[in-house]
Amino acid sequence: MCGNEALAEAAIIAGCDAYFGYPITPQNEITAYMSKRMPEEDRVFVQSESELAAINMVFGASATGKRTMTTSSSPGISLMQEGISYLAGAELPAVIVNVMRGGPGLGNIAPSQGDYFQATRGGGHGDYRTIVLGPSTVQELVDCMPLAFDLADQYQIPVVVLADGILGQMMEPIVLDKKPRRELPPKDWALTGAKDREQNIVRSLWLPEGALEEHNYKLQAKYEQIQKDEVLCEQYALDDAEIVVVAYGVAARIVRSAVNQARKEGIKAGWIRPITLWPFPTEQIAKAADELSIFLVVEMSMGQMVEDVKLAVAGKTPVLFYGRPGGGVPTVSQVLERIKQLTIPPKKQ
Amino acid sequence: MKTIFERTPTLKDCPTHYCPGCGHGIAHRLIAETIDELGIRGRTIGIAPVGCAVLAYNYLDVDMVEVAHGRAPAVATGMKRANPDKIIFSYQGDGDLAAIGTGEIIHAAHRGEQITVIFINNAVFGMTGGQMAPTTVLGQVTATTQQGREAANEGYPLQVSELLELLPGAIYVERCALSGPAQIRKAKKAVKHAFQLQLDAAQGLSLVELLSPCPTYWRMTPVKAMEWIEKEMTKAFPLGRLKG
Repeated sequence: MCGNEALAEAAIIAGCDAYFGYPITPQNEITAYMSKRMPEEDRVFVQSESELAAINMVFGASATGKRTMTTSSSPGISLMQEGISYLAGAELPAVIVNVMRGGPGLGNIAPSQGDYFQATRGGGHGDYRTIVLGPSTVQELVDCMPLAFDLADQYQIPVVVLADGILGQMMEPIVLDKKPRRELPPKDWALTGAKDREQNIVRSLWLPEGALEEHNYKLQAKYEQIQKDEVLCEQYALDDAEIVVVAYGVAARIVRSAVNQARKEGIKAGWIRPITLWPFPTEQIAKAADELSIFLVVEMSMGQMVEDVKLAVAGKTPVLFYGRPGGGVPTVSQVLERIKQLTIPPKKQ
Repeated sequence: MKTIFERTPTLKDCPTHYCPGCGHGIAHRLIAETIDELGIRGRTIGIAPVGCAVLAYNYLDVDMVEVAHGRAPAVATGMKRANPDKIIFSYQGDGDLAAIGTGEIIHAAHRGEQITVIFINNAVFGMTGGQMAPTTVLGQVTATTQQGREAANEGYPLQVSELLELLPGAIYVERCALSGPAQIRKAKKAVKHAFQLQLDAAQGLSLVELLSPCPTYWRMTPVKAMEWIEKEMTKAFPLGRLKG
């Protein structure tokens, strides 16, 4: 089972009632898998006419209280931004998987991390956030799916799972289990037909003076709660580290190998791997910056998450960057080379 | 004393935000009466468009959602597929359905989604200030066709119902007018039939196009606007049951 199929099955186990998608490489295995498995489970699969339609089908199913998701890759996710903004405004839960490919434009179909800004800043209009998960193994991708659905329902928020072409295509052994879930609030806001109750309205329009401002404050309070409670990150060998390398997703796997090699060669290196890209592990990185001398950020882009690391470090120590865009994947030796350049003092002239 | 006419319960008792002579109020009433007569308030979900009728939920006392411009048929697809027992209707203007949402309505019909679409054609964009819509008739002066719409520059009025009629997935398509009591009674029958088809789980999409007055942006009195529908608009948009 490749990552794409594994995440699809994990979504089914997590109780996804309805899946809507449009074909795009490198995530086509998901739509194909769902077209077979969802009807077997007596659930909904629709191949939409566009990504615009797919995200709005998600909007519709979500508004009725169903667990629903869509998947796509970078150009398709761009088309979905309108719908994501409306989901955020209307406070509807949804899961959106982006199996990232190279860009901008049509780009290519190689793996990339070029959509970090789009995912974490919100590519759509308005003052909103989405939760963004950045798994680095197929197992973690699989584990992300029930978490994504639970977070979406708990906070009534769209959750983006930010994978990439490598994770989508990669095969790794996985365990699909049914872990206990979170206690979730009832969906008493859902549109189910106003039988023996007053009408429910799902909306994102707030016209009276001050009404939208109030709504934005309400959203902000929710976002602050998420930042307080939901940060996930992994740290390794920071205690004595002289350099800490920050990476997420598959780039973090490369960093892990490079740091292990550096340790073998006597370099005191460690790493931090954000798992939630929003909320970002700002506090963990800030704490590390108090004690460590230098940061290196490695991405499969020309540098996007590095801005969040710099915000967290707040000028306390240097933050350097190494990355490759457009389908280029940094190698272990390339990352190791950068670590060495930054830690071994140059010979005096 | 015998009551011979009263407000139907699903239509809320509240002041209207629509302009004098606007057709939305009539269309809302036809939908509310239909819902009450069929006894489906408890299982109906409505979709409000972007445009003047975005606040339709202030008048129609059913569960409702507000969606992005043009996307109602996709939202309706998600709702109906996930809830086959619910009655789903979208209420869309001509900017919403015939311009920005052309793709969504064509494909919802093409898939034969079991939804009901009430399509309000008033030949202009109302909410944004009376600009040309795809349904603006030739010669009609709007905010963006100040010399009158010309086929050579702006194309011909888009006949959405005639387009949808061609699709096997659209099982019922009828065009009516809100231009006077006789026409409104016909429109009521059409609206009710469109809902009834969904209630009967008929296999496809039902759409009723309502030619509706916009006196404000037609720069006419309400009475003249009613006359203009019958004299001018019906030339580009002939009334009648196109299918089903």
